[in-house]
Amino acid sequence: MPGSSSNPPNEPNPTDFAGSPRPTPLVAVHQRLGATLTGFAGWLMPLRYRSETAEHLAVRRAAGLFDLSHMGEIVVSGPDAAAALDHALTGQLSAVAPGRARYTMICAEDGGVLDDLVVYRTGEREFLVVANASNTAVVDAELRRRSAGFDARVDDQTAGYALIAIQGPQAAGILAPLTDVDLGGLKYYAGRHGPVAGRPAWLARTGYTGEDGFEIFARPDDAEPVWDALAGAGKAAGLTPAGLAARDTLRLEAGMPLYGNELGPDVTPYDAGLGRVVKLEKPGGFVGSAALAERAEAGPRRVLAGLTLTTRRVPRHGYPVLAGDRTCGTVTSGAPSPSLGMPIAMAYLEPAVTRNRETALAVDIRGRAEPADLTDLPFYRRSRA
Amino acid sequence: MSVPAELRYTAEHEWVAVDGPTATVGITDFAARSLGDVVYVSLPAEGAAVAAEEPCGEVESTKSVSDLYSPVDGEVTDVNVDLEDDPGLVNADPYGAGWMFKVRLRSDAGEDDLPPGLLSPAEYEELTKDSD
Repeated sequence: MPGSSSNPPNEPNPTDFAGSPRPTPLVAVHQRLGATLTGFAGWLMPLRYRSETAEHLAVRRAAGLFDLSHMGEIVVSGPDAAAALDHALTGQLSAVAPGRARYTMICAEDGGVLDDLVVYRTGEREFLVVANASNTAVVDAELRRRSAGFDARVDDQTAGYALIAIQGPQAAGILAPLTDVDLGGLKYYAGRHGPVAGRPAWLARTGYTGEDGFEIFARPDDAEPVWDALAGAGKAAGLTPAGLAARDTLRLEAGMPLYGNELGPDVTPYDAGLGRVVKLEKPGGFVGSAALAERAEAGPRRVLAGLTLTTRRVPRHGYPVLAGDRTCGTVTSGAPSPSLGMPIAMAYLEPAVTRNRETALAVDIRGRAEPADLTDLPFYRRSRA
Repeated sequence: MSVPAELRYTAEHEWVAVDGPTATVGITDFAARSLGDVVYVSLPAEGAAVAAEEPCGEVESTKSVSDLYSPVDGEVTDVNVDLEDDPGLVNADPYGAGWMFKVRLRSDAGEDDLPPGLLSPAEYEELTKDSD
């Protein structure tokens, strides 16, 4: 039975990569916890520990602990580091203060997205660029190429970092006793150097779940003690280890794009509704700026929209979206939403369809048109204290 | 992973229990674990004819959807309506409360007349041992 299932590009697929998938520094922890491990972007990752739905809800209601050590860490440093990144990326990194972070993208000359990134300014002359695991090599190569002529050094240090995330409303309360960093003073999209559980780390208030939470970049040898300290400290609060399956449904509910689904080389940031990350006005231009300026002028060719369904059948990556008997778009990501209790999907639709909310839409789920309602993204927004 | 000795299996990860003229069908513990949380099960209608190795329903989980195959020929006499409200029974108890449908076998059929493609517990364990 499992063999007959569809396998969209973002799905774990061990056969995509030659050789054995690379273990993270936490693989022994996952095995001890009885995780289902899967090959993902060349890494051996926890897909789930027990029930991915329970893990998802734990993150929404309490907190979840994630191993994200597959993510790429590329350090860009030197006197011209900020200028090199201004040239290489869509965002204006020179305008980011030390200790702050930006969500940004690296685009090709034609404006297509090569990866979406979180970039931390870890010092006046140093940035930590976090890339998707499947794109780390491409991002590293492009940053090297694009920083030629700048006094900047690009260094893929992925092997030198373990990345642990703690996400959810209880995350700050669990983490606070384990660190000297004043979490009350650490804003969303800010980071600090500081010890966690007595180990040196870069501690940032960032995440990919739609909840408050933190990402901890630590040395690989420190990964297990940091994980164990967090797991121990969070037990009473309901902290649960959470795998990639929960991470995917959490980010989908939060309306966050996934490279390979909503983003790719044939998609511009404008298509994805993320034109705000493109700083056309920054001085000096950047790789892809000419093409992106044209796209900004012409308006979007398609619109990333949210759909909810009343059936219990699940729309999945690649399924056609119908307006009457006509195809008007394609599902990019879909899942049963644990928070909403119904199937949800993101889809690229013709702009006209999203403007006229009267159009009756449906998703073609394996030959049957299942009615779908257009809805604003995100599907889920946390309540803020 | 559990593979009860009294059942027969298909290569598509269904189990079948034969009791006289009635066969009860579900998916294996291995299948349930591979799929992750089952969120919806589409079953054949009562009275429908099913045929061995042909799809007769589907199982939706968080990450994927799979066809459900009947291991045997016959007529559906009962379906597990509890799965409508609680599809998670498939994960919690795949060989018990997570059963899916019952089939009345051909009236003169006996255990020896089951389709030749069905696997013994040992054969099924062999099939799944490398991917567990």
